[in-house]
Amino acid sequence: MVGENNLTVQIKGVREGLLITLGEGDWLDLESALLSHIDERANFFKGAKIALEVGNHVLHAAEMGSLRDKLSERGVSLWAITSNSPKTEQIAQVLGLATRLSAPRPERVVKPLDTNLTGESAALVHRTLRSGFRLANSGHIIVIGDVNPGAEVVAGGNIVVWGRLRGVVHAGADGNEKAVVCALDMTPTQLRIADLIAALPQKKGKPQPEIARVKDGQVIAEIWNYKIEGGR
Amino acid sequence: MTATVVTVTSGKGGVGKTTTTANLAVALASDNSKVVCIDADIGLRNLDVVLGLENRIVYDLVDIVEGRCRLRQAMIRDKRMQELFLIPAAQTRDKSSVSPSDMVRLCDELRPEFDWILIDSPAGIERGFRNSIAPADTVLVVTNPEVSAVRDADRIIGLIEAEEKGPARLIINRLNPSLVKRGDMLTADDVLELLAVELIGIVPEDENVVVSTNRGQPVALDPKSKAGQAFINISHRLRGEKVPFLNLEEKDGFFSRLTKMIHPGGD
Repeated sequence: MVGENNLTVQIKGVREGLLITLGEGDWLDLESALLSHIDERANFFKGAKIALEVGNHVLHAAEMGSLRDKLSERGVSLWAITSNSPKTEQIAQVLGLATRLSAPRPERVVKPLDTNLTGESAALVHRTLRSGFRLANSGHIIVIGDVNPGAEVVAGGNIVVWGRLRGVVHAGADGNEKAVVCALDMTPTQLRIADLIAALPQKKGKPQPEIARVKDGQVIAEIWNYKIEGGR
Repeated sequence: MTATVVTVTSGKGGVGKTTTTANLAVALASDNSKVVCIDADIGLRNLDVVLGLENRIVYDLVDIVEGRCRLRQAMIRDKRMQELFLIPAAQTRDKSSVSPSDMVRLCDELRPEFDWILIDSPAGIERGFRNSIAPADTVLVVTNPEVSAVRDADRIIGLIEAEEKGPARLIINRLNPSLVKRGDMLTADDVLELLAVELIGIVPEDENVVVSTNRGQPVALDPKSKAGQAFINISHRLRGEKVPFLNLEEKDGFFSRLTKMIHPGGD
């Protein structure tokens, strides 16, 4: 088995860390080959920064995200994915990964005390989403307008609705429990974060901006607290 | 003359598209406009019944589109009004017998001869709906003050926007003022808050509508009925006139009439 792994997973040291080249084959097999390779040499890989060369494989956001998570569980940080497929590179960029070896992630070169933030990109929609409209993005989503009942918003990351949220939203759809949902008026038909589903109670009275997140395995929506949230 | 094409649609069935089309047609025609209604609900035609013209159908919309008759031959002139015509739907065919471009071509042919072309759309969001809005200059969405009808209206308004036929204008039909007063029915404001479109009319629940529909005599012929008056007002707003919305308070009781006599104009 080890011999086969060596064929499909090649590792060499580069200036920015380790470069791992994956050969052809089924993605799941390759992934498990890579992970078992890392597990066998856990001490060597601990704290390593790796760039992954995936060749012709077309990776989806979910696959990429789950690989990144599995690697970070092993103390390995994935900073770049190079691919022959523009789609895969695009998804990598959405996930905040580099796609060129010569250009390491900006965060890596940021010196201490540098106050310029790069942030993460998001899909912005400036309109009201009426019943039947669906908006999906592997990254974050911002809606300026209402999300009406019957509309659906699905994001790999966070969701911000600058308006009334009354439809169905799913944040952290790739399984990210850290994702949050913010809305000026939080009255969704259904709210999901990662694999958790919540139906919020009917509210009366003047709407207030709220933020929903996962706390202790439950989705909790709280009124936006300027003192706490602003100071983060 | 260049007609304005007005499509009446709703998404949900049974909210009053056909009643609205018939009454707007009557209201517009009684104001010296030349009006033609097209029933786009192929296979489930109703407009002819509501207008009381069922027994005079010889040719229909599909006959025109398929070249079995001339346009003139399929147009039925109303008995009561010289300026009102109907192009009925075929009953034995289905929506796919006509395409959106057929409808555009038909309306372009009618435009020079009329002031108004009213299209009665079928319920749903499929072919019949697309046929109906393809030639539209303006779209009226009919809804009832019920959650399900409002939900469908929202969907339809979104589709109208997507077809770049918007912004649609809204008619709230069958509002029951006493139910609203008791808090048991959505108010016009509740509906507007969700749909966020221009309101062109509120039609109160009125049993005269049922009676008149069965007789083939649209209520707009009877300005004494509140619903009839509401449709007449909508027809004025379609023309661009400013008409205040009806006061839909329940019929005055003895005491409130007395108060009004003592304080005229006070509310």
